[in-house]
Amino acid sequence: MTALPDTFTAWFAKRGWHIHPHQQEMLDKKDAPAQLLIAPTGGGKTLAGFLPSLVELEDGTHEGLHTLYVSPLKALAADIKRNLRTPVDEMGLPIRIEDRTGDTSYTQKRRQRADPPHILLTTPESLALLTSYEDAPRMFKGLQRVIVDEIHALAESKRGDQLMLALGRLQTLAPGLRRVGLSATVEDPAAIAHELAAHPDPCPIIQADPGPDPDISMLVTDEKPPWSGGGGKYAIPAVLEQVKQHKTTLIFHNTRAQAEIFFHNLWLENTDDLPIGIHHGSLDRSQREKVEGAMVAGHLRAIVCTGSLDLGIDWGDVDLVIQVGAPKNVKRLVQRIGRANHRYNAPSKALLVPANRFEVVECVAALEAAKDNDLDGDPKGPGPRDVLCQHILITACAGPFDADTLYAEVTRVGAYSALSRADFDACLDFCATGGYALRAYDKWKRLLQTADGMWQLRDPRAAQRIRMNIGTIQDIDTLKVKWKGSFKALGEVEEAFAATLTPGDTFLIGGQIVRYDGLREMTVEVTRDAAKEPKIATFYGTKFATSTQLSRRILRMFQQDSWPQLPAHTAEWLALQREVSKLPEADRTLVESFSYDAREHTVFYSFAGRNAQQTLGLLLTQRMEAEGLHPMGFVATDYATMIWGLDPVTDPASLLSPDSLRDGVETWLGGNAVMKRTFRASATIAGLIERNLPQARKSGRQATFSSDILYDTLTKYDPDHLMLQITREEAMRGLVDFGRVEEMLDRTKGRVDHIKLDRVTPLSAPLFLEPGRIPVAGAAQDRLLAEAAASLMETVGLAES
Amino acid sequence: MNAHVFKFAGVTLHALPSGALHIPDHAVLCVSDLHLGKSDRIARRSGTLIPPYENRETLDRLDQDIARTDPRVVICLGDSFDDLGAAHDLADENRITLARQQAGRTWIWIEGNHDPGPVDLGGTHRAEYAVGPVTFRHIATSQNAEVSGHYHPKFGLPGTGRKRACFVYDAARLMMPAYGAYTGGLDAQHPEVARHFAADAVAVVTGRTAIALPLCAAALPKRRRGSVG
Repeated sequence: MTALPDTFTAWFAKRGWHIHPHQQEMLDKKDAPAQLLIAPTGGGKTLAGFLPSLVELEDGTHEGLHTLYVSPLKALAADIKRNLRTPVDEMGLPIRIEDRTGDTSYTQKRRQRADPPHILLTTPESLALLTSYEDAPRMFKGLQRVIVDEIHALAESKRGDQLMLALGRLQTLAPGLRRVGLSATVEDPAAIAHELAAHPDPCPIIQADPGPDPDISMLVTDEKPPWSGGGGKYAIPAVLEQVKQHKTTLIFHNTRAQAEIFFHNLWLENTDDLPIGIHHGSLDRSQREKVEGAMVAGHLRAIVCTGSLDLGIDWGDVDLVIQVGAPKNVKRLVQRIGRANHRYNAPSKALLVPANRFEVVECVAALEAAKDNDLDGDPKGPGPRDVLCQHILITACAGPFDADTLYAEVTRVGAYSALSRADFDACLDFCATGGYALRAYDKWKRLLQTADGMWQLRDPRAAQRIRMNIGTIQDIDTLKVKWKGSFKALGEVEEAFAATLTPGDTFLIGGQIVRYDGLREMTVEVTRDAAKEPKIATFYGTKFATSTQLSRRILRMFQQDSWPQLPAHTAEWLALQREVSKLPEADRTLVESFSYDAREHTVFYSFAGRNAQQTLGLLLTQRMEAEGLHPMGFVATDYATMIWGLDPVTDPASLLSPDSLRDGVETWLGGNAVMKRTFRASATIAGLIERNLPQARKSGRQATFSSDILYDTLTKYDPDHLMLQITREEAMRGLVDFGRVEEMLDRTKGRVDHIKLDRVTPLSAPLFLEPGRIPVAGAAQDRLLAEAAASLMETVGLAES
Repeated sequence: MNAHVFKFAGVTLHALPSGALHIPDHAVLCVSDLHLGKSDRIARRSGTLIPPYENRETLDRLDQDIARTDPRVVICLGDSFDDLGAAHDLADENRITLARQQAGRTWIWIEGNHDPGPVDLGGTHRAEYAVGPVTFRHIATSQNAEVSGHYHPKFGLPGTGRKRACFVYDAARLMMPAYGAYTGGLDAQHPEVARHFAADAVAVVTGRTAIALPLCAAALPKRRRGSVG
């Protein structure tokens, strides 16, 4: 056992603390090339990560950078800096600690490169930028340890892949570098360990005591939950009652729009004027900081929030977490619950509020899964190649490189350990020449190979543009929202949402109802509106799909004879469904057909999650159109797709045949908006499209053109181009989620139960109230436009004779 | 051919769905803002290597329009090249295509702000060109009976997909859409475009069919609630 130096023992004793077993274990194994700590929030995780560094730096002999701390949030880096100060100052340790993020000043950044601190706190993007400078070898040569905080969150996205590639670079510059990952509870620690370690180094996993089981239950209300919808409005009195009974409550929602609506309705009923704030990613930074400040100071009794509060910032005394809407994913639920009660040995307390009848079933299933500690998660694919392309460009910014050496370095990164040389070379060729099959850039290559075989930038000035575009965070085009005639920003909305607004429309942002006045220089101008209800209730936000594991639990629950664990209203609903139709089973597809409102409706219960159900809707309607069934539209939820049209579906089994679906996906994908969106994201990461330009954005936009044009051109002339390969791969996994369509096909193996009825069934009823109905366009778009145009021309007297 | 046919300064014009303008009575075909060589220019200046297929795509479209209309005169209404360097670097295959298209025709390169000088690609270099009473120049002036390009106008109706490149015209002038494959656009209601036109101006959007719409915002319908935009 490694003993703590006396200074540390004395400090611990003075505070009345004991070193936790996992902190001691981290200290004992500090020389391992990599180690991963899994600990609940509040388990002294950060100190466990830093303790070995503080001990090693105690004698003041180390010069230059010793420890690099990387976290997903700038705010977290600032928070940790404050928290580290206490032990360092109180023990009088000779350690310099600084942070470096997008907010750090230019002079401070320059100084840090010339004279780095002992401990540098940063984000993956800022680190990638640091590795792109020519002086990176000097800055990092003495680096001993790197601590990756909240690694479970980073590992879920491309930011994690970029970070691990950067660590590969650092390992070459500082061969003795040791890696530490700090993670919340996850389903597969070994997968994260594999990503963290330099392949094939071992990575011991240290499990902290998970603490007592959380106290988690469903909020029982007098009011019955509605058939459909995601608001949870019915539960507001009960939620307010809970807020009154607790010190500080976090109220989580799955989307920003739902958080806004709930917050608005909460205040309409908040007769006691309890101080309640709102926090989500679309709000302006100053607004968010105000709420964060009030929270830390203990001025708020509750915060209505979304995933933006998921990560481990210390919010003080939260003693209750409420999740409104089904959690969709058990792992996220468990991590959120960890937000309550930061004291190590007190159980976290959480309440689930199902937003509708179906979510009651989902919440009960999630509760059972959480009790069984049955966490879900989809295995991650191999390291994405668009991130690799960016990494190659970043490497070129730092100076000439050798392809063999870089390949060897990249394949030591866990996620890229299986990358073939051919795939690597294709990425390198893409960076150098664009990788086009039919026409090469010969004169204006981006990277050139010199006589000694090293690769370098053709034009060194290009480094500046590459650096400006570092990062993998997809920024959807958003527009700032401001009060008319003022500079005060309220927040942001997606460009696509802004495009649907007409002056006079009202919507919710920051808990206020505002009226849309117009667009001014890419800013949405609004004025206050006294209306009680906004006209438009939604702007877009992340829509999670229910995880495969949770869907399976729900299907299993359906097969029970009775449902004592469900509230009576929900159990009766399921019993009625069983009586008039059938409850869906895991190994067959239930299809219901009925006529309603003069339209033929067909519901496919495939339980594949929202994205896959939507894909299924697009594929099935495409097939139906080809068969002359005149589909008119569809709507998808996490568990079913409902299609309506003019003619009844008679043979759903043939529609669902795997071959026809797979053929469909090939032809359909090409022109699909989802593909174009995915293409734009990947092409931006890979450096084909620049997000940021050196000069200020031109007024008038005729200089820029849409990435859709590039996508269409590539599809036509170069269908096997690397960027299209990447796009297909990403879409299949991501928004298209064809993987779960395949999972469903595999599970049901063509077994279809087609039930024809003369009524709407209990299980299908909520689908009629579901928002997001998608019309089937076909050739209809042109016809609609032509019809509208003709009547307009007539109205204004411009009609052709 | 799904064209929008209208009278302008006494001449019958066909706004083709491709974005070209056809004047059958004078056997003239006019296209504007081809921006050939855009990908090369971007590569040269920024290092970004976008798909280098826009010349082929643009000239293919022009091939189809020439085949359908068999004009005696072809007017390229300025910004035919993204810059003069791009014109100079044009690939052999594109030069051959152009030479074939020019054979037996009068070919007019109107100068634009991107391509102010002559090019070594055949045809005649002009600042402006007249067809009957109509004057063709790159940038709109206050003169009547004028056809211009430059602004890349685009337009659309809510709920019918992305905005499309469009012609805009009133009694005095006609503005052409950009014809090149890699060209963005400026909304036709943007003051930079709209200030050239009277209140009764018409936008003709391109696509599969050329469709005429009133440009005036007040005449446009409010978006129907609940429809998918």
